[in-house]
Amino acid sequence: MTIAGALTTGDVISLRGITKAFPGVIANDDVSLDIVGGQVHCLLGENGAGKSTLISILAGMQQPDSGTVAIGGEIVDISSPKVAVDHGIGVVHQHSTLVPAFTVLENLMLGETGVMLDKKRAAERLAELADLLGVQIDPHVLASDLGLGQQQQVEIAKAMWKGSRLLILDEPTSMLTPQAIEHLGESIARVKAQGLAVVLITHKLREAYAMGDCVTILRGGRNVGTIGVDELASYTEDQARDAILAAMFGDDLAAAGESASELAGAAEATLESRSIDADTRPVRLELRGVTSRASGRDVEAEDVTLTVREGEILGIAGIDGHGQAALAEVVAGQRSASSGAVIFDGADITRSGVHSRQQLGVRYVTDDRLYEGTVGSMSVALNLVIKRIGQRPFWRSGRIQPKAVDTEARRLIDEYGIRTPSPGTRAGTLSGGNIQKILLARELTNGARLVVVNKPTYGLDLKTVRLVREILIDFAAKGGSVLLLSTDLDELIELSHRIDVISRGRLVGSVVNDGAGTAEKVGQYMTGAIEGTDR
Amino acid sequence: MKPTGSAPRLAQGLVRSVVPVLLALLVSGLIMLAIGAHPLDFFAGVWKYGITGSNWQRSLSLMSPLLIVAIGLIVAFRGQLWNLGYNGQYLLGAVVASGLGPMLFAVMPAFLATIIVFIVAILAGAVWSLIPALLKARYGTNEIITSLVMSFIAVGVVNLLIKGVFKDPGTSTPQTTVIPDTDLLPYIPGTEIHIGFVLAIVLAIVAQYVLSRTSFGLRVDIFGASPKAARHMGLNSTWMVILLFALSSGLIAFAGSIDILGQFSYQRADWDPRYGDAVMPLVFLARFRPVAAIPFVAFYAVLATGGTLASQQAGLNVDFLLVIVGLILLFMTVTEYIGERRRLGQSYLPPGLRRSLPVPLRAESERTPV
Repeated sequence: MTIAGALTTGDVISLRGITKAFPGVIANDDVSLDIVGGQVHCLLGENGAGKSTLISILAGMQQPDSGTVAIGGEIVDISSPKVAVDHGIGVVHQHSTLVPAFTVLENLMLGETGVMLDKKRAAERLAELADLLGVQIDPHVLASDLGLGQQQQVEIAKAMWKGSRLLILDEPTSMLTPQAIEHLGESIARVKAQGLAVVLITHKLREAYAMGDCVTILRGGRNVGTIGVDELASYTEDQARDAILAAMFGDDLAAAGESASELAGAAEATLESRSIDADTRPVRLELRGVTSRASGRDVEAEDVTLTVREGEILGIAGIDGHGQAALAEVVAGQRSASSGAVIFDGADITRSGVHSRQQLGVRYVTDDRLYEGTVGSMSVALNLVIKRIGQRPFWRSGRIQPKAVDTEARRLIDEYGIRTPSPGTRAGTLSGGNIQKILLARELTNGARLVVVNKPTYGLDLKTVRLVREILIDFAAKGGSVLLLSTDLDELIELSHRIDVISRGRLVGSVVNDGAGTAEKVGQYMTGAIEGTDR
Repeated sequence: MKPTGSAPRLAQGLVRSVVPVLLALLVSGLIMLAIGAHPLDFFAGVWKYGITGSNWQRSLSLMSPLLIVAIGLIVAFRGQLWNLGYNGQYLLGAVVASGLGPMLFAVMPAFLATIIVFIVAILAGAVWSLIPALLKARYGTNEIITSLVMSFIAVGVVNLLIKGVFKDPGTSTPQTTVIPDTDLLPYIPGTEIHIGFVLAIVLAIVAQYVLSRTSFGLRVDIFGASPKAARHMGLNSTWMVILLFALSSGLIAFAGSIDILGQFSYQRADWDPRYGDAVMPLVFLARFRPVAAIPFVAFYAVLATGGTLASQQAGLNVDFLLVIVGLILLFMTVTEYIGERRRLGQSYLPPGLRRSLPVPLRAESERTPV
């Protein structure tokens, strides 16, 4: 088997002095690195460290302000995604780019330029790639019927379709089950053996040393550390971890302390919430056979039955878009239930709206914090009281009372450590972490009894992730109940007392989080339900 | 670069609002030159017939329907509902006054009849807007299309009414019965400006207060900023769409009835002043603030009052006024674009232009080392 344009081992893609600035932020600041064929190069860094910008430059989607990319010593101008493909650079993005209504083969042939579709040759090429990746892909299955792991394999095949010398994987494991991650690791090893270069972007340390040959760490847009092949091979796992952590956090390492390695996903996650004796606690929220209905095209919740007790954190695991939003909204009152009952503190609230549930203490931290949870053009202060519109003391006979609003805002800003120039600053100008704190401050105070949180730490920097999780643990410890919907297994295991698994809107399994093996059990429910062996 | 205090922000808003008007006047002058008219004559004419003598009173009278239409548009636009059915809504209100008015004035005191005319006009406008509002709320239909189509239908219905049931049997032309001067809206003492002008100013101030200081105004703004956020905050979006559309359309119809009872006293078939077309860019310039709309509407009222005669004298068609309005809209978009880029600290030059500049022309920092 030959791969067009494959690098001979040792051939190098060199980035030199790549700088890219966006208004108000320098995404890449003089980044240089070498990507070598036959090696897996891990790119590590927090959100906003500049990883995505760097790969968009390699993929031709962005042009650097300065700096060069050279392939095998020859400087190339990757001016468009097409040029990148011609140079054999393929990218697998974090989120699926497959057309759900097309078959696998049709998806792979989307980029073909010929007038006639040559299905026979395409099928051969797919077989060739499947063989290389060590997977089995049915070319005639609809993309929408594939499990997430399989979708990703098709994406990899698509990235390598035109013959690849460099395969870039952007956080490929973030939505996979532990089992699927293992498969992915095997495929990457086979690609590497063919002499291709692989760039693996991740924010989990343990994946970096499990799969990577060398590591580059980005922080604040700069290359702050590279661990070469020989160096990484000579390190023990602990040494490697310390070296990476030092580069990742720099001077902040001391401040981050013990939790730094946890944050960076260096070790297996373990339960951090205080354990409770669930059976003795009164039931706070109960859903009985709830099916939701909305006019949108979301996956709806189907026949969901669950209970959350006082002081309990119930995690809902599942792949993104499997009815989590519907479940959250049906509890918050934003979406109506077509059948079943929502019971809160023993009272049936199925028919009550957002406002009355809010009054009862049912709160909702949405995953769309920018456009749903806050109004970016309004002040931080207004956003903090926005769910109490028209209520005293902030409004009197319809008139807003700026002083009362300001006092309450300052109190919450202090209590939750929201970093804002003033209460009057527009919320949209704050960082994602501070916007999330606005949401938490608003939802968790003033008589909150149950909070539904959907992907509470998605896209946040590690320190804020830590803080958000602590706030939730604290809330539960004080007797609040939490319904935690997340796609991050580590997060679920760290926080939840029990974990239910959702798939296509239905709860397909429940795991008590009482020690090792929870991740595997949850993973089994997820794979069993989604990549069903019966199909 | 980023204005933080309220004073610089106000100054910037003023610049961004006034510059497009100045540019539009400048360019319209050039166009006049190009088609052989004398721009200075025209602008002198506008001043003469729009302001001097007692002409300023005519301008202020014209402000009354314009300003109320502006408030009606602002109410809908603040909620990001694009009610473009203003022409039809205005004519509906007008025909209520010109058709129903004479019948009512014949049987009851003028004061009472006027109140009833206003209420019926507002209701007519509000009910007419129910169709686009319900379609929008229930099915997410684009309200720009539906309100526009409903406007065409309204224009037709109004003409049918004037040619049919409301036609003055005393004349051969299709028009309504002339309402006698004694039944029309009274003048502000000492002037020939009808009290509709006072009503319009009061409405603007009330609307400003309601939109900026009350919980209702905040709800409208949330809804306008993001319907998703509105749903999250527990606002009833169906109700919001219907209410805003009804308010907007009702106000615009109210403007029509005021214009008939204050100014025109009867209505001819196929008459359509299209105030909304002229006012729409102005409410954008006023950033959807009712009180800020007052000076812009005043400016346009003078331009329109004086411009009708001035354009004839300068050898131009009256429609040239709409050219000026169109130019304002155009330069407003350009100013807004440049202002946004400046605020973000970006270059004025679009990226495509920057890239194609020869290397020696670029700033040092932009140069790519080879």
